[in-house]
Amino acid sequence: MPPVIQVSGVRKTYGRTVAVDEVSFEVNEGEIFGLIGPNGAGKTTTMECIEGLRTPDRGTISVLGLDPFRQVYQLQARIGVQLQQAQLQKRIKVWEALDLWASLYHKKAIHAERLLESLGLTDKRDAWFMNLSGGQKQRLFIALALINDPEVVFLDELTTGLDPQARRAIWELVRNIRKRGKTVFLTTHLMEEAERLCDRVAIIEHGRIIDIDRPDKLVDRHCPERTIVIATNDPSAEERFRSIPRVESVTRSDSRFTISGRGDDLVTSVIHCLSENHMAVGDFRTILPNLEDVFLKLTGHSIRE
Amino acid sequence: MLVGLWKLTWIEIKIFLREPLGAIGTIVVPVVIFLGLGRIFARGRGPAAPSPNSFVHVGLPVLASLLIAVSAVLSLVTIISIYREGGILKRLRATPLRPYTILTAHVLVKLLLTAATLVLMVLAGKRYYPAGVHAPLFSFTIALLISTWSILSIGFLIASIVPTARFAQPIGAIIFYPMFGFSGLFTPVASLPPVLRVVSRVLPLTYAVSLLQGIWNGQAWSAHFGDVAALALGFVLCTAISTKVFRWE
Repeated sequence: MPPVIQVSGVRKTYGRTVAVDEVSFEVNEGEIFGLIGPNGAGKTTTMECIEGLRTPDRGTISVLGLDPFRQVYQLQARIGVQLQQAQLQKRIKVWEALDLWASLYHKKAIHAERLLESLGLTDKRDAWFMNLSGGQKQRLFIALALINDPEVVFLDELTTGLDPQARRAIWELVRNIRKRGKTVFLTTHLMEEAERLCDRVAIIEHGRIIDIDRPDKLVDRHCPERTIVIATNDPSAEERFRSIPRVESVTRSDSRFTISGRGDDLVTSVIHCLSENHMAVGDFRTILPNLEDVFLKLTGHSIRE
Repeated sequence: MLVGLWKLTWIEIKIFLREPLGAIGTIVVPVVIFLGLGRIFARGRGPAAPSPNSFVHVGLPVLASLLIAVSAVLSLVTIISIYREGGILKRLRATPLRPYTILTAHVLVKLLLTAATLVLMVLAGKRYYPAGVHAPLFSFTIALLISTWSILSIGFLIASIVPTARFAQPIGAIIFYPMFGFSGLFTPVASLPPVLRVVSRVLPLTYAVSLLQGIWNGQAWSAHFGDVAALALGFVLCTAISTKVFRWE
């Protein structure tokens, strides 16, 4: 099966600023693909080129076999789009927006009222857009992106500015989109979001893609370190920990030991050591690296900076 | 091709009416100005039917109608720039809605609004024009809509270049209101100094005034073919430039 989205050698400049440079990747059918990176890395520009809202200076893009530049209207009928920081008319009612959007597409696969219900907006259907909360607005934008039962859904920073509870609710909605067999392409600067939601991610910085893979594979590849924190009063603990194979360092502060090493079997080896020596343990924690650490490793700085 | 046009137009009308300040500013203010001026002038001329061609007879209705048109245009400039700043235009464009459908819906809203305000004004002003005035209201409405349509294209041009929504209304007002002074409404174009006469000839408002005055006085459309042509030319020019410089975000 050919990829749903194919991007190859795309470059886009604004004046002298190179927003996106030599970006290439593919998105497969039925996956949630995330483009992750800090603000200003080129995520939105890349996404808007794919949606047909911007024209790249160089490179080729194909979405569902269509050229987003030449066949933008055919494309827009088959995709759903949620834009970063978009607004609607202040005094448009929720149902009016859905009604307008629904009238723009030829196929009427999605029932607007059912969509509102599944997004928890039924009791807001007569509310003005300006009176919705941030989470409700985002849910409305998701509803608008889904109204034409699209084959590919684009979500640009969809949980930015939301509280953790609203964020989790929206993640669940996105997983449900995938469950219905849709392909989801999203951007985020939240590593937790990427890790919990995406099947594959592309890390982008300064307009270039640094690496693409499943989140856990990226972590394994770039951050194989494992850290275990153990609290114990065993007098010979330090010595025993040091003798475990693959352990690279053991640091101690009072009765708290921090063990660092590489490989998945490190944790097993440490547990084995504890049980073999009948050591009394007050606390046992493993600290696994995450995408945040991968990003730090690859770019030399944190994504929040 | 026109997918969504009627629905969008209808929604925009509803949205417009939901904003009390905007609706009052564009509909009520021109009517009130008209009534106020009408009262002042009518009193000055005495209670009997004023002489034909007096300001209250011809100038005032034309001035008031153009005020309606210009306030509609200013409201369009403001709305377009607010929509752009808020990302609303961009959001609408990322649908199968064609760009010109979005803009046409706004033009339709403003034309409807202009016609509705004109009707209100005629109803409200009836008592200042008892007998003796038989203005061809239908033709006059058409003439006003043609004028509004042409001036709207200048509005789009302004909306294309204003940097932020905050400047839209003042910049629009600075451009439009001085046009009234050179439009031949208060002073005949022929009696303006030569330089201003040239300015006057370039401004579309001059042709709108000439057209509206003529139609109000019962002249035939054929006598004002030049005015309509000039308004159409202005529309084509401004629209052509707007399509080049218009920014969606």
